[in-house]
Amino acid sequence: MKNKNVIQVKNLTKKFGDFTAVDAISFEVKQGEIFGFLGANGAGKTTAMKMLIGISNPSSGDAMVAGFDVLTHPEDVKKSIGYMSQKFALYDDLTVKENIVFYGGIYGLKKKDLKIKTKALLHELGLDDVADELVSSLPLGWKQKLAFSVALLHDPKVIFLDEPTGGVDPITRRQFWEMIYKTAHNGTTVFVTTHYMDEAEYCDRVSIMVDGKIEALDTPKNLKKQFQAASMNDVFLKLARNVE
Amino acid sequence: MSIEIKNISKSYGDLKAVDNISLDVKEGELFGLIGPDGAGKTTIFRILTTLLVADEGSATVAGYDVIDDYISIRNHVGYMPGRFSLYQDLTVEENLKFFATIFGTTIEENYELIKDIYVQIEPFKKRRAGKLSGGMKQKLALSCALIHKPKVLFLDEPTTGVDPVSRKEFWEMLKRLQQKGITILVSTPYMDEAALCDRIALIQDGKILEIDTPQEIITHYPKTIYDISADNMYELIITLNKYEHHYSVYPFGEFVHYTDLRKNFNPNQLQQFLEESGLTNITIQQTETTIEDTFMELART
Repeated sequence: MKNKNVIQVKNLTKKFGDFTAVDAISFEVKQGEIFGFLGANGAGKTTAMKMLIGISNPSSGDAMVAGFDVLTHPEDVKKSIGYMSQKFALYDDLTVKENIVFYGGIYGLKKKDLKIKTKALLHELGLDDVADELVSSLPLGWKQKLAFSVALLHDPKVIFLDEPTGGVDPITRRQFWEMIYKTAHNGTTVFVTTHYMDEAEYCDRVSIMVDGKIEALDTPKNLKKQFQAASMNDVFLKLARNVE
Repeated sequence: MSIEIKNISKSYGDLKAVDNISLDVKEGELFGLIGPDGAGKTTIFRILTTLLVADEGSATVAGYDVIDDYISIRNHVGYMPGRFSLYQDLTVEENLKFFATIFGTTIEENYELIKDIYVQIEPFKKRRAGKLSGGMKQKLALSCALIHKPKVLFLDEPTTGVDPVSRKEFWEMLKRLQQKGITILVSTPYMDEAALCDRIALIQDGKILEIDTPQEIITHYPKTIYDISADNMYELIITLNKYEHHYSVYPFGEFVHYTDLRKNFNPNQLQQFLEESGLTNITIQQTETTIEDTFMELART
């Protein structure tokens, strides 16, 4: 199943008046791939992502995510994907268990399935003892891991992660990536943006946006060869010169 | 001493955010407070900039006490807090003018200090601050924090959420500022930025793990680290964790940083184990310790 495209983007464009934020980008992401979506601030990453997760309409071009057209079936897109960002993931004033049950409900899980999944999730993350604690009392790293798992409750084909490890301590960051690896290994496609260039190395392929266009798309290994760089950090610096 | 902190503690309810912290920052130093979210960095900044009162301990900034002389401190420090805190609906120019006026000065008076930074956003001076990109917002916030020629500059996670290009440029700006005699206390969760500071304090969960120059901190790391790579990173991590002699296994970009429990570790033995487990294209090479390695070892409980 690794050959099937779970995301297909063709000449996707977003304009705000005269300003073209996303300029006819095209790419594909295969099932089970870890795809890194990088770019400098202001490059158009967030705008592009918003279109892919069905919360912003394209100005022109096409995008198919998890089998649905983002323009004509955004609600189906939302039901078929998982999403997690650093800015918003869980409700601080609900308990760990309440968050899981709430999101399970939103994703349309049946009561019986949800009960089983909640128990399994709490156990897998080692959160049995804090199930009835408010999420606000958890350290950031635990919150991130929980948010990630919650975004997968409905077994989506693809999960979108928007800078999921910003500010998190180095150990938890790596534990988080081990969770990402495991998820991809099980066949879920992971679409992730990050400013940590070492994390770019963990991706199967990486795309780099500059001024609304995709200026590079390949495996980290090939990108380093192409740009004669020792690391993804160097690739990025060579490519994404600050053009404001 | 530009900044002196003696046994400062601060709790929010049950949570001890800062736990008996002491440290000094010399005049003209570029000092880094290195630690993840929740370490206590912002709380320390707020205490030093007189926005928060500590539960215990004392502190001075530029020779002024944070409690008794708080007004003097406010006149002599520049502060760039974590989130963008300028006025979104004022233009770039209006924001700068506002801050200059509040501090009883003009843009012209200390323009030399901010010139390098401001010229990069000057073309956009009529744009509303809220419409600027992340990198430009940073530059504006920095300009506003410097407009009154402060003795000490406090920068709370100025590069969090910012792309590597802007991060690099920002630190180049800081180095130039340091040459103009300003003491700079900067906090960051990025370990690679720690290497750019004169001295750093590694901090986690409200406690200081270590204070020294980045180079010294690295030499204190007790083990030899090996860069290991194989065709499949995920399989490599799982397999290494199964190896009975492993001490730490951490992915670091294209390599895994591996340390062994034994003093006289023979990489060939490990190579054999990995090959027998079915991994391909294995490389094992000794590598240099980084601040991040040290931080993770110190934070390990």
